[in-house]
Amino acid sequence: MIGSSGAEPLLRVQDLHVEFATEDGVVHAVDGIDYEVARGRTLGIVGESGSGKTVTSLTTLGLTRAQGARVSGQIMFEGRDLVALPEAELRSVRGNDIAMVFQDPLSSLHPFFKVGTQLVEAVRAHQDVSKAAARERAIEFLGLVGIPDPGRRVDEYPHEFSGGMRQRAMIAMALVNEPKLLIADEPTTALDVTVQAQILALLDRLQRELGMAIVIITHDLGVVAEVADDIAVMYAGRIVEMASTEVVFDGPEHPYTWGLLKSIPTLSSSREQDLVPISGTPPSLIRRPSGCHFHPRCPYSQPSHERIDPQLKPVPDAPEHHVACLLEIDVRRRLWAELRAGRRPEEARATVGVPEEPR
Amino acid sequence: MSRYIIRRLLWGVVLLVIVLALLFVMFRVLPTADPAKLRAGRLQSPKIIAEIRHNLGLDKSLPAQFWVYLKNLFLHFDLGYSYYSNAPVKELIFNRLPATLSLVAGGAVVWVVTGLGVGIVSARRAGSRMDRASMGSALVLVSAPEYWLGLIVLYLFASDIGQVRLFPGAGSYAGLTAEPVKWFESMILPWLVVAAGTAAIYARLIRGSLIETMGEDYIRTARAKGLSERRVVLRHGLRSAINPIVTILGLDIGALLGSSVLVETVFNIPGIGRLNYIAITHADFPIVQGTVLLAALFIIVINIVVDIAYAYLDPRVRYS
Repeated sequence: MIGSSGAEPLLRVQDLHVEFATEDGVVHAVDGIDYEVARGRTLGIVGESGSGKTVTSLTTLGLTRAQGARVSGQIMFEGRDLVALPEAELRSVRGNDIAMVFQDPLSSLHPFFKVGTQLVEAVRAHQDVSKAAARERAIEFLGLVGIPDPGRRVDEYPHEFSGGMRQRAMIAMALVNEPKLLIADEPTTALDVTVQAQILALLDRLQRELGMAIVIITHDLGVVAEVADDIAVMYAGRIVEMASTEVVFDGPEHPYTWGLLKSIPTLSSSREQDLVPISGTPPSLIRRPSGCHFHPRCPYSQPSHERIDPQLKPVPDAPEHHVACLLEIDVRRRLWAELRAGRRPEEARATVGVPEEPR
Repeated sequence: MSRYIIRRLLWGVVLLVIVLALLFVMFRVLPTADPAKLRAGRLQSPKIIAEIRHNLGLDKSLPAQFWVYLKNLFLHFDLGYSYYSNAPVKELIFNRLPATLSLVAGGAVVWVVTGLGVGIVSARRAGSRMDRASMGSALVLVSAPEYWLGLIVLYLFASDIGQVRLFPGAGSYAGLTAEPVKWFESMILPWLVVAAGTAAIYARLIRGSLIETMGEDYIRTARAKGLSERRVVLRHGLRSAINPIVTILGLDIGALLGSSVLVETVFNIPGIGRLNYIAITHADFPIVQGTVLLAALFIIVINIVVDIAYAYLDPRVRYS
């Protein structure tokens, strides 16, 4: 499996299920996923809204417990199972060994407390130090994340910070206890493109300086291309493809990953070439499609795919590359070759000779 | 900030003058007894009545009377004399003020503490049996009129007529400085009655406000920092949820200072409300004018205090 180089990984998620009981039925937000993150590495979790990527990360910190989630499976972190850990012990992990950065930096910082106060609180939640020492550390970390004049900004309120500065402050707050794992949930989504690039570069630099592992959650493949070593693609609460970043961009095997890749513009593709959106909408996590959950939106699906539920399996000639797809491997590769050459999905389908699905 | 406060205070003075003018007009336009005739008692000869009218200054034109009143008020801080007893209104009011302030201040403490306590616990256990029970009784308390609640409480707990004789009942008021213990005991039932309805409103308000706040992103951040749930709720949650309470607290205190008459009457507390009530029955206009002026002043000052408190509570609010 990815990142497994013999040594015990920092984080190992095994057969994780997260369900929420609602009035409309049970929401299967996360439906049996496995992944690992090695020390100092970066995993990108990619998927559309509602694919379960945020719930996965919140569950890692036990933050879905308060929402009444039913969680099963294992989240092993340094020999401890975070799913089974009592709340008090889990609290000593939160913000200390594992920290989290959220999507919207304005709503994620408390509007009524000074930025410095919020950082000091984070320090003192896990370290037995004086307020003055915690404040020094807060200023140090605000400087580390590139906030100019941190000695003065530490006494300002979040609304006095710009969007990018707020996200830097959030990152400083997450890193102030030097966590071993940072979970960044859409850290750049609410920011301008130029600020996005700065934040990603910042995460990259801090990872090298502090040696932490990062799980970065995003809907934007462009983001993970920059920072992730490995990528897990999630769809409808499951991982449908997982491989190193190069493999995902060079030789993706899942039609959903193809769809994601073809729906973003790249510098190498010509301007005449249209972007191809993935048709349809993400499925309901209460009543999921039968068989392969992606079949209603998949341009290459076969009648049998409505019945058979694919498992995430290693690709025969690349054991590090996992995919959950019912298409034959040579069919998949010919399809991707056609798509890569700029064909549209229906053209690729015709050329490769996937039988028309009877409707 | 200080410019803002000065401007607010000046506007407050203008507002007071407007309130006084309205009162002056109301008192003359609406049918009341003729104060001079009331004062004359059995000696109802036109000559005596005219003389009394002259002595009270009632024979001057309305604008002239108003002008004299304003001049005395702002230059000499003189509120005039009671038509009925000739006592200076200022003195009457100051004698009555401690009782009303005791009632309002103690009542406010009771309703804030119980309202917040019940509201927070209900919010944390929303939907539980305890939550439904306390919100149900809150509804009953909000709907119960104060004078009715006062009589019920006296009937149940007063030491003279009560079924369970726990606390001193009506007419037991003693001064705070003279007899502090007796003062405290005598105020327990009035405080509970004054606070009941407002505490119920606050409990419902803080419950809703806290439930909403606990869904905010920054609460998730606070939890992700590894803070204890207690700290998350009481520091991060309550800090935001309390803001609407501060606003209505000012209004409620101001309103109660002006409307303590019912509870003061039921418990026979010698406060402003009772003074005002008696003055109205005697058409004793200077006293009514004085007490209304005081109530308006309280409301204006408390609203300024609330606005200033708001600037401290919410750093995004800046007055200029």
